[in-house]
Amino acid sequence: MALKIVKGSIDRMFDKNLQDLVRGIRNHKEDEAKYISTCIDEIKQELKQDNIAVKANAVCKLTYLQMLGYDVSWAAFNIVEVMSSSKFTYKRIGYLAASQCFHESTDVIMLTTNQIRKDLSSPNQYDTGVALTGLSCFVTPDLARDLANDIMTLMSHTKPYIRKKAVLIMYKVFLKYPESLRPAFPRLKEKLEDPDPGVQSAAVNVICELARRNPKNYLSLAPLFFKLMTSSTNNWVLIKIIKLFGALTPLEPRLGKKLIEPLTNLIHSTSAMSLLYECVNTVIAVLISLSSGMPNHSASIQLCVQKLRILIEDSDQNLKYLGLLAMSKILKTHPKSVQSHKDLILQCLDDKDESIRLRALDLLYGMVSKKNLMEIVKKLMLHVDKAEGTTYRDELLTKIIDICSQSNYQYITNFEWYISILVELTRLEGTRHGHLIASQMLDVAIRVKAIRVFAVAQMATLLDNAHLLTGNMQRNGICEVLYAAAWICGEFSEHLENPMQTLEAMLRPKVATLPGHIQAVYVQNAAKLFATILKSQEGNTDSTAAQDTSQLMIDRLPLFVQSANLEVQERASCILQLVKYIQKLQQKDVEVAEEVNALFAGELNPVAPKAQKKVPVPEGLDLDAWINEPPSESESEDEQPKAIFAKEEPKHSRPRHTEVDEKELARRREARKQEQANNPFYIKASPSSQKVYQDAPGVEHIPVVQIDLSVPLKVPGLPMSDQYVKLEEERRQKERAEKKKKEKKKRKEKRSGRGKKHDSGPESEEDITPAHQVDIVTEEMPENALPSDDDDKDPNDPHKALDIDLDKPLADSEKLPVRSHRAAEAAKSPAEDGETENATSLEPKKKSSKEKREKKKDKDRDRKSKEEKKKKKHKHEEKEEDLLGGQADEPVVQSEETSEVAAPPTSTSAEVSDLDFWLSNAPVPSNTQEAATVAAAAAPELEAPTGTAPDSEPDEPKDTEMEETKSSKHKKKKQKKEKEEKEKKKKKKHHHHHHHSDGGGEESVQNGTVEEEEPLPPMSNYCLLAENSYIKMVYDIQGNLQDGSQVVVSVIFENKCDSFLKSMEFNVLDSLNSKLQRPEGSGPHDGLTVPFQLPPGVSNEARFVFTVQSIVMPQKLKGTLTFIVKNEDSSTHEKLDFKLHFTCTSYLITTPCYSDAFAKLLESGDLKGSSVRLEGVNMPFHHLLARICFHHHFSIVERIDSCASMYSRSIQGHHVCLLVKTSGQTVSIDAKCDEPTLLGNVLDEIKQTFSQC
Amino acid sequence: MIKAILIFNNHGKPRLIRFYQYFAEDMQQQIIRETFHLVSKRDDNVCNFLEGGSLIGGSDYKLIYRHYATLYFVFCVDSSESELGILDLIQVCCYFFKMLCRKKQMVFVETLDKCFENVCELDLIFHMDRVHYILQEVVMGGMVLETNMNEIVAQVEVQNRMEKSEGGLSAAPARAVSAVKNMNLPEIPRNINIGDINIKVPSLSPF
Repeated sequence: MALKIVKGSIDRMFDKNLQDLVRGIRNHKEDEAKYISTCIDEIKQELKQDNIAVKANAVCKLTYLQMLGYDVSWAAFNIVEVMSSSKFTYKRIGYLAASQCFHESTDVIMLTTNQIRKDLSSPNQYDTGVALTGLSCFVTPDLARDLANDIMTLMSHTKPYIRKKAVLIMYKVFLKYPESLRPAFPRLKEKLEDPDPGVQSAAVNVICELARRNPKNYLSLAPLFFKLMTSSTNNWVLIKIIKLFGALTPLEPRLGKKLIEPLTNLIHSTSAMSLLYECVNTVIAVLISLSSGMPNHSASIQLCVQKLRILIEDSDQNLKYLGLLAMSKILKTHPKSVQSHKDLILQCLDDKDESIRLRALDLLYGMVSKKNLMEIVKKLMLHVDKAEGTTYRDELLTKIIDICSQSNYQYITNFEWYISILVELTRLEGTRHGHLIASQMLDVAIRVKAIRVFAVAQMATLLDNAHLLTGNMQRNGICEVLYAAAWICGEFSEHLENPMQTLEAMLRPKVATLPGHIQAVYVQNAAKLFATILKSQEGNTDSTAAQDTSQLMIDRLPLFVQSANLEVQERASCILQLVKYIQKLQQKDVEVAEEVNALFAGELNPVAPKAQKKVPVPEGLDLDAWINEPPSESESEDEQPKAIFAKEEPKHSRPRHTEVDEKELARRREARKQEQANNPFYIKASPSSQKVYQDAPGVEHIPVVQIDLSVPLKVPGLPMSDQYVKLEEERRQKERAEKKKKEKKKRKEKRSGRGKKHDSGPESEEDITPAHQVDIVTEEMPENALPSDDDDKDPNDPHKALDIDLDKPLADSEKLPVRSHRAAEAAKSPAEDGETENATSLEPKKKSSKEKREKKKDKDRDRKSKEEKKKKKHKHEEKEEDLLGGQADEPVVQSEETSEVAAPPTSTSAEVSDLDFWLSNAPVPSNTQEAATVAAAAAPELEAPTGTAPDSEPDEPKDTEMEETKSSKHKKKKQKKEKEEKEKKKKKKHHHHHHHSDGGGEESVQNGTVEEEEPLPPMSNYCLLAENSYIKMVYDIQGNLQDGSQVVVSVIFENKCDSFLKSMEFNVLDSLNSKLQRPEGSGPHDGLTVPFQLPPGVSNEARFVFTVQSIVMPQKLKGTLTFIVKNEDSSTHEKLDFKLHFTCTSYLITTPCYSDAFAKLLESGDLKGSSVRLEGVNMPFHHLLARICFHHHFSIVERIDSCASMYSRSIQGHHVCLLVKTSGQTVSIDAKCDEPTLLGNVLDEIKQTFSQC
Repeated sequence: MIKAILIFNNHGKPRLIRFYQYFAEDMQQQIIRETFHLVSKRDDNVCNFLEGGSLIGGSDYKLIYRHYATLYFVFCVDSSESELGILDLIQVCCYFFKMLCRKKQMVFVETLDKCFENVCELDLIFHMDRVHYILQEVVMGGMVLETNMNEIVAQVEVQNRMEKSEGGLSAAPARAVSAVKNMNLPEIPRNINIGDINIKVPSLSPF
């Protein structure tokens, strides 16, 4: 053993540190991989050592290797070990490694919860800081839930360094655990006015990030942010706030009006380009949100455009880029003001910088008009030829198509030109956008009837030269175009000049190399062509020609019958048989052309892409209703604790159901859309797959204009579009000339000035008439379709969950979970939480609306008295601080602020009217004035006897402050940790109790008043189980709500020595009545392995489930804990005996009860009474009640002065009712219960609780 | 939000990577390669913003980078960050890296502009951990934590002092050496049977 150690020490001398590793890697350039693999072997050896320094060094090296791309997840456990080191140096290394390589599916993360919690509450702020930084990178939903409360506490830490980190990390917590947002929000808001600029900046950061996704929930913060904006000098904060306003203004135009002035001031005054740019951006957002009606808008727009022009003209490419970016935002609403800078933008198209060219492209979209479309596209086509990278070229391609097709081909005057542009684009090599061109071709050919002749001719040329497109397999993307070409040629085959040639082109053997879906279209359309050819040939009396055609089909189709693609095969064999049959008929000289043509008769009409979705659901049809019985999955839901009182409302499962259905519906819709997108046969905005088997009405009415085909068509791959530009130019000139003539005539006829208006500009938009009258067929929509714009939000967006109304008063149930008891099978409890929350959340809502109305009435009357009360309250707080030894760090003023700011979010109506007031107020209110209004609005809520939330809320900061002072006072005492733990426990228990008691309206109110009077001393239900020099165990017993025969024992194990404790086994001697639940397959005397190990100084909690039969008597169980103590050099087995005390109290569960139900219960006469007197109880009545509630799991039903009724229920359904009265130092408790033995024992236990203190 | 911070040299070798969203290691390397490919082919006098990068982000994301001598500093950010602000931030970071890695006294005597000219790659290579620690004081979990230079310097300095007072990581081997020296060698039995590893030896002084 010693040798090993000696050897280890010597080895360590030669251990590589990070620098050595890096140097080594640099020296082994040729065989880097090999060198690194030997290094990893070394690291593995080092990780096996017990010395934490060696481990930390190894982990540090692993972090480096991770950067190089090596997977180091195998060392996750070692990383956790290093994280839990007590030395800052190592801890920092551990957390760094964790933040680099941990993620949600890293399983050891579960083990870190307690370690992180410990670090968060460390007296060393840098330990806390390191833990927060690390956590921000790998926080999981579980960690977020378990640690949310701890982090929230840190938000009011004395050190700003911790505060800012805690504030920032809350955002991550919200994302992972959205339920925490509402309870934490008041404190977050309060941090906006933190004295430390760093903390303030962090809070602004978090709220902006939240508001960006769900702006409407943060509108009420506008006044506060406005104040910050006008007072802050930190550019970072200003930028964030201004960005936030940019997101808020679309929701509230009045806000925009208020913003314009200070923003323009900033634009004029600031020297920071970044700030100026953001101001301009937000002004643009404001202008967009405001309807154009205000006269001074044009001035602001002008200012923006002017500033942007300066940016774009700047030599700094960055500014140029940003200027263009902002310009594109103006474009949407004020295209006119941008269009005047066309020269500048076209200039940017030639910039050497791709980013800038792309931005300029974006702007072009809005610059085109009928007049300049051809010119701009020509320019773009030149760029396409010059472009080097495929990404930029693809971008150009999509932009050309976007520009041309925008608003239903509004700017296209000559569709021949457009088709030839599309054909030219097919010459692009390696583009990914073949399908885009294809769908454009289809769309134009179908919707613009006049162009079909031309389009068909072009497509036939394309098909003829298909080898040019498919020659290179790299050009694969472009062969999609053939899909469109084949379909157009087939469908509109009557326009083909030489159908026979096209048919042959379609049946070439080379076609078999095309993708399956294109081949399928080829085969189908070959059949259409065949039908057309037959028709023309049969008229000719030359029957052999027709038979030759059939023979051609019969010769070529077998190639497709052999195709591996099912679709191709099926169509080909079907058509082959058909043609064979036709041939037979032809040989008998039967006329078949008519019948064959009937196969493909009818016109296809385009259908709007959303048509299907917009068909209204017929009345009485519930698409989401189950056709058959749904599979029973919600059985556990039905097995909710049986309602004891008849009056209790039924579970609100129904609304929840519909919500799920909605989600499900959205999911299905999404899936369907996905399917459609992937389906090559579903072409958006193009023919529907079904044919209309009748002649479409109105085809005759469409004026088909003879097109003068002055351009030679049959030269493939030659740019023809340029010639159209020339032609167009000439045509326009001619037109103009004609118009002028007409105009002159007109003027001669009428001498009035009316003509002048028309003449305002010969170049104006309206004057340019399309080359030929185009009939753009609009897409078909179903009858009585519902116009709706479904916002297609990503259902997976984590921010969707954060769309939470923050102004609603906090319900009692909305508390951050504090470490709570969860049964060993932890899966149950979150579900249970959810259910209780669901059940309870409805109640406060109903109430709040009523409350609001009442409050409004009472507001004015109450204001004065309330304010007095508030003062009193502050006195209370001050007193408290004195008691705690006067905290220097937390001035009284701040605590005042705390209570003030915490209140506003609880009152929606007040808040909203406040916002209205603020917005309608033209001059900027001074800070004090505003604060006053906020305070005034908040005051009634703050102390409102009916509002439970505000009462409990300000309580919390006090608690935490206390905790902090305590922890700073008793530094480095061993018990301190334990105390803190207890305090936390207490807080949790406290909330727990709330959580349960909020079901009924009234008694929760009572709870509120109880707490308001004076903070409660720390309480804990954890009592000592056993202790020796190695380990200490404390335990608590809780009934299991779900199962009447189970209790959960939570034991906290704390390692008190300097060694590592492992292989802990927990065993209990079962009695007849109570048994430890062991996993299946183990004997009745086997111990349970504690699922963790304990490094020195660490504590962790394990839960054990016991089954009990009778609960009327308390009980004690003997047990043993065996464990191994591992030192550097030795390991010893140790054991510790203990006695588990199952009190009757532990069988009780805090259950809320309505006062009327309570009265009925007492009247029923089923209960047997008993009473007890407590002498010399020296504590306030509400403390006494709180103690009973806390230690004995009761809830208060009603409290009148010095008298209170309380209720609790055992896990087996016994009702326990108490009436507690106090006079002086005597407390009398009258109790009733349907089980006298149980009652007796419970009363004994209560008596004991009070005799101890 | 900042999605990722990448620092690599002119050959695409990563010098520091920091992802604020999880990607598997091979994906990370792919992203680095792609980003390097995008960034490296750009001239020095074009703008510092770059769209695209199909792997990281989407339309909402942008690459903002700076190129100093042999190093590229790339931030991948979404639209909630100010572009020019992030450019400034990169400058600030570079400054810190340079100063801290050279273990100079952190006094702001030089003006910022002068300092950026040559951030030495070697500074970063050998002190990746330190660079991370600095970065942690500036950006946390993808959000800008602190922009006040003095505050950042102060916090980093205090933590480094703490590390020093604990002996630092590099002290471990040195301690091991001293531990060997301090061992009382004569007390170890002379005739050690090599074959039997489990011989009992009087307890050694713990180190």
